[in-house]
Amino acid sequence: MINISEDKQNSFNQNEHKVANEDDIKIYNYLNLGPTHPSTHGIFQNVLKLDGEVILEAEQTIGYIHRAFEKLAENRPFYQVTPITDRLNYCSAPINNIGWQMTVEKLIGLKVSKRIDYMRVIIMELARINDHIICNSVIGVDTGALTGFLYLFQFREKIYEIFEQICGARLTTNIGRIGGFERDFSPTVISKIEELLQEFPKALKEFEKLLTRNRIFMDRTIGVGPISAERALEYGFTGPNLRATGVDYDVRVMHPYSSYEDFDFTIPIGTHGDTYDRYCVRQEEMWQSLKIIEQALKNMPEGDYHTEVPEFYLPPKEDVYTTIEGLIWHFKVIYGEIEIPKGQVYHAVEGGNGELGFYLISDGGRQPYRLHFRRPCFIYYQAYPEMIKGSLLSDAIITMSSMNVIAGELDA
Amino acid sequence: MGIKPTVVPNGPEMYTGDGFGLMQMDKVVGLARANSLWPLPFATSCCGIEFMATMAASYDIGRFGAERLSFSPRQADLLMVMGTIAKKMGPILKQVYTQMAEPKWVIAVGACASSGGIFDTYSVLQGIDKVIPVDVYVPGCPPTPEAILDGILKIQELVKNKPLRRRNSPEYAQLMEKYEIE
Amino acid sequence: MVDNNILSDAVSAQFGSNIISIEESYGMLDFIVEKDMIVALLKWLKEHETFEFNFLTTLCGVHFPEKKNHELSVVYHLYSMTNNIRIRIHVFLPITKPEIQTVTHLYPTANWMERETFEFFGIKFIGHPNLKIILNVEDMDYHPLLKQYALVDNTRTDKDDKYFGR
Repeated sequence: MINISEDKQNSFNQNEHKVANEDDIKIYNYLNLGPTHPSTHGIFQNVLKLDGEVILEAEQTIGYIHRAFEKLAENRPFYQVTPITDRLNYCSAPINNIGWQMTVEKLIGLKVSKRIDYMRVIIMELARINDHIICNSVIGVDTGALTGFLYLFQFREKIYEIFEQICGARLTTNIGRIGGFERDFSPTVISKIEELLQEFPKALKEFEKLLTRNRIFMDRTIGVGPISAERALEYGFTGPNLRATGVDYDVRVMHPYSSYEDFDFTIPIGTHGDTYDRYCVRQEEMWQSLKIIEQALKNMPEGDYHTEVPEFYLPPKEDVYTTIEGLIWHFKVIYGEIEIPKGQVYHAVEGGNGELGFYLISDGGRQPYRLHFRRPCFIYYQAYPEMIKGSLLSDAIITMSSMNVIAGELDA
Repeated sequence: MGIKPTVVPNGPEMYTGDGFGLMQMDKVVGLARANSLWPLPFATSCCGIEFMATMAASYDIGRFGAERLSFSPRQADLLMVMGTIAKKMGPILKQVYTQMAEPKWVIAVGACASSGGIFDTYSVLQGIDKVIPVDVYVPGCPPTPEAILDGILKIQELVKNKPLRRRNSPEYAQLMEKYEIE
Repeated sequence: MVDNNILSDAVSAQFGSNIISIEESYGMLDFIVEKDMIVALLKWLKEHETFEFNFLTTLCGVHFPEKKNHELSVVYHLYSMTNNIRIRIHVFLPITKPEIQTVTHLYPTANWMERETFEFFGIKFIGHPNLKIILNVEDMDYHPLLKQYALVDNTRTDKDDKYFGR
């Protein structure tokens, strides 16, 4: 039992917050958009200084779900860090897993086959669709349109079924292995993906008909929470939030990984950087992801579904129990007596929210010496007070949900 | 005119006759409460996304009576804590629990809320039962929506079968004292 | 066409003796510089008309307990969008005096990144507008990511070592 004394209770003392001073308290209102609030999707706190209903300043407090990923990763072998990366941006967990596995492959200098690349591309694009479904339907819910949420969540169930066939889990997938996958795509997976490619476009079009040219939705989102391209670059924005301001930076195109250069897709960009542009960019990205999945499925080359990487890949159980080499290999992998090169590597993938980077320092041991995650949500959330300055309270809520702030990635 | 027992499917014992029915008051109230729980979704991380899937059309939570989510603690019956609770969030959770009015129940969804989960670190509370009393624990990381629905069904069993007014009992007073909630 | 060689030649020509070393690992240039000229280097890289390193990708700290007098390190990753080139800059600090100038006036995104580095390692950034703890509870009295601290702090009551084989 922990003793929680009076002063540690989260009582709001105006005098302790930066926004409040003696004269201001007499004129302005201070509203605590606290950690538990129905519209903040995730737990972070904003203390808003209001003049009537217009927002003047905001002070942010985060860290309510700090789980110490970076310290935790220093105590686990490389292949056990994958479940931790799941919990970063949990709406699109496979992208984080595959990004981490590619970082370790870059460290040990491993090249994987084209088939693995294409399988990874399909999984990452499905995860991206998952993430954008949540973001766009939640923008709808926050403006009052609940129907879109219910329509699109059906398709999240279908994507969950595909992930469950591949790796066994729905949300926090721990998908793949360093060097490939543990099993090939079964025929059920292929048929489920083809079914999704048939049915999802119709539902997405229906969702667009509900919201995209809807007069009320446009009035509520155009011009709300804008940010200019220069300011966005200074704040380190990446991903759909940056592309909505007009800068076409996408890690898949500028630093292609996992054979993305073989695919033909376009990068949607917006003009004003407001909520409507962010919504439209994510919507178009879902269409482009469907296009990529179709191309990958059609052109999937034959090959092995895992690479020979003795450092991390456990040998098949028949070999472990019958041959001496298999037994020794198994023993060495589990006990970590393997050769990992020393060095530092930085690898970035295009996550659902932007550039998700992994900076890994290895000292030759079986655990990372230091692992730092470049988390896009943490970096672009700093710009939130600037984006809502001068707008109304309900606009602040919609801006926050259109930025797609995921608490797991914010605090790590 | 005679009193004969009637079978109410999945319900309490009832005796009926011409124009009247006889049932224990406790059981009627329990039945009404169990089928109209108003949950407060205290969703912090990944389990919250599985809760959103439970709320959506496939695993509809509304068919168990929990259609109306209440984000205000004063109007909620069931506190569903879903996700990791860090030490920074502990006092806030306790405050939300204190603000809820009786009768109230707590369900800890997920491994992190039950016992800290995979995060045995310096900043994570190892289970919410360090700060508030918990009725049902749902393990899983994240639990599938079927498991969350199973937890809600167990809460419904608790609601139907426990005494109506527990706030006057000595065990309740002891429990609140243990957690330092007044 | 800017590539790693042109970049390393230009930087050595401009800053000469203050660069401790330049290496290349996994295709990325790695500069180790002295802490006093970090702001000058970043400003020059940002405002250079060809290089244009206008994007600070990330900033983090590292702790090397064995390197005497160079225990703490701050690592900057920069990216130039027009030339599509990434570099990494290291600065080493002694643990007895872990202070370094802030770069918030050049890159506003460094605001929270420096707060996080301060919180985890105790590195003080001189001139930072709001250097406070950002992720942990407010009365946290130690810097958790230093190597001498364990993952679990000593308020843990339920982990009985005899069941875990320790």
